[in-house]
Amino acid sequence: MSTIVGGIFTSHVPAIGAAIAKGVQQEPYWKPFFDGFPPVHRWLEQAKPDVAVVFYNDHGLNFFLDKMPTFAVGAAPRYENADEGWGLPLFKPFEGAPDLSWHIIDHLVGSDFDPTTCQQMLVDHSLAIPFELCWPEAAAWPVKLVPIAINTVQHPLPSPRRCLALGRAVGAALESWDGPERIVILGTGGLSHQLDGERAGFINTAYDRHCLDTLGPDPDTLARQDALDIIEQAGSQGVELLNWIAARGALTGRVEEVTRNYHVPISNTAAATMVLANEAPVPA
Amino acid sequence: MTSPAASGPAPRRPLSRTIPGTPIFDGAAATQGYALNAMCFSFNDPANREAFRADEDAYCDRFDLTPQQRRAVKDRDILGMIAAGGNIYYLAKLAGIFGLSVQDVGAAQTGMSVEAFKAALLAHQEETA
Repeated sequence: MSTIVGGIFTSHVPAIGAAIAKGVQQEPYWKPFFDGFPPVHRWLEQAKPDVAVVFYNDHGLNFFLDKMPTFAVGAAPRYENADEGWGLPLFKPFEGAPDLSWHIIDHLVGSDFDPTTCQQMLVDHSLAIPFELCWPEAAAWPVKLVPIAINTVQHPLPSPRRCLALGRAVGAALESWDGPERIVILGTGGLSHQLDGERAGFINTAYDRHCLDTLGPDPDTLARQDALDIIEQAGSQGVELLNWIAARGALTGRVEEVTRNYHVPISNTAAATMVLANEAPVPA
Repeated sequence: MTSPAASGPAPRRPLSRTIPGTPIFDGAAATQGYALNAMCFSFNDPANREAFRADEDAYCDRFDLTPQQRRAVKDRDILGMIAAGGNIYYLAKLAGIFGLSVQDVGAAQTGMSVEAFKAALLAHQEETA
């Protein structure tokens, strides 16, 4: 029987990758953000996941507007990062878990979702930076990957309610997986930030706190907003919260907050990190 | 705890509405901006970034940019690029060629100096103390 050990939620700002590459994590600008991770590392040491199912959004590396899936599930044996346009150092490759990917896809389609399936898929900083943050010293990633991309770029975006339902369907798929894997769920991006328009630089700490307080105990409250409500409250790119909502949905048991960190700003973003442990329901 | 209303339908709201200062990249914008965004997407390849740097006009020709898009690119006018259908996730690649950080891009759109824009971001720290 597989086990869903919990969820890790974190921002994925490209500048975090640059800071890691430069080794400036302890400098005053960065330290308050990176200080959020030792508790995550301690939790990972005891949770010992071997697979990560990651909800994230592609920033124009793998997907362009010629074909823009609302939900896309990777089913590749291996995933690579590539130049995203800035010539930055590339992230390490990722080993896939195609059997588990197809199990999830079977279950999703069987549950009336219509995902795009990808046997070749480049993954960008929004997936790789959380891995760098979780496993900073790893020569190779200690977990296999199932990537699930959510469209947060081109409207209409999927509703928060649909993203939560997607996550719950993924959680149900994982529960029905026969393998011995220990599975961690990641949700990346956010929290409030806006890069475009006259409101660029918008940050809403009160709303972010509400999201952090609500995500674990009552995700349905977050799912009752629509995507434009989130944009109004959290900024255009704050809508990456959809990845967090979907990831929360995949935690099917009783969740307990292990740690959280919230720091403003990293680049233009209110940066947040949270771990929710997932206590599986005891079989009757 | 989950409230009983959680399983009910989401409230019906208009599909689009105006959020001041906040572009919504919808189907109309994606249609209008296709050429510009396609050009920006091509910059994932370093050879294409080099070709743009070497001859900006010729590179814009290759992607058949509209006059409005060409003008905005020539003027380094971020709000103009967005008005012409540019999406910030793709425009960020062009901004990189121009040597602009996201703070530079933010300052340019808000009419603030870069220092003032960064200071405004830092000012939120007090709310988290």
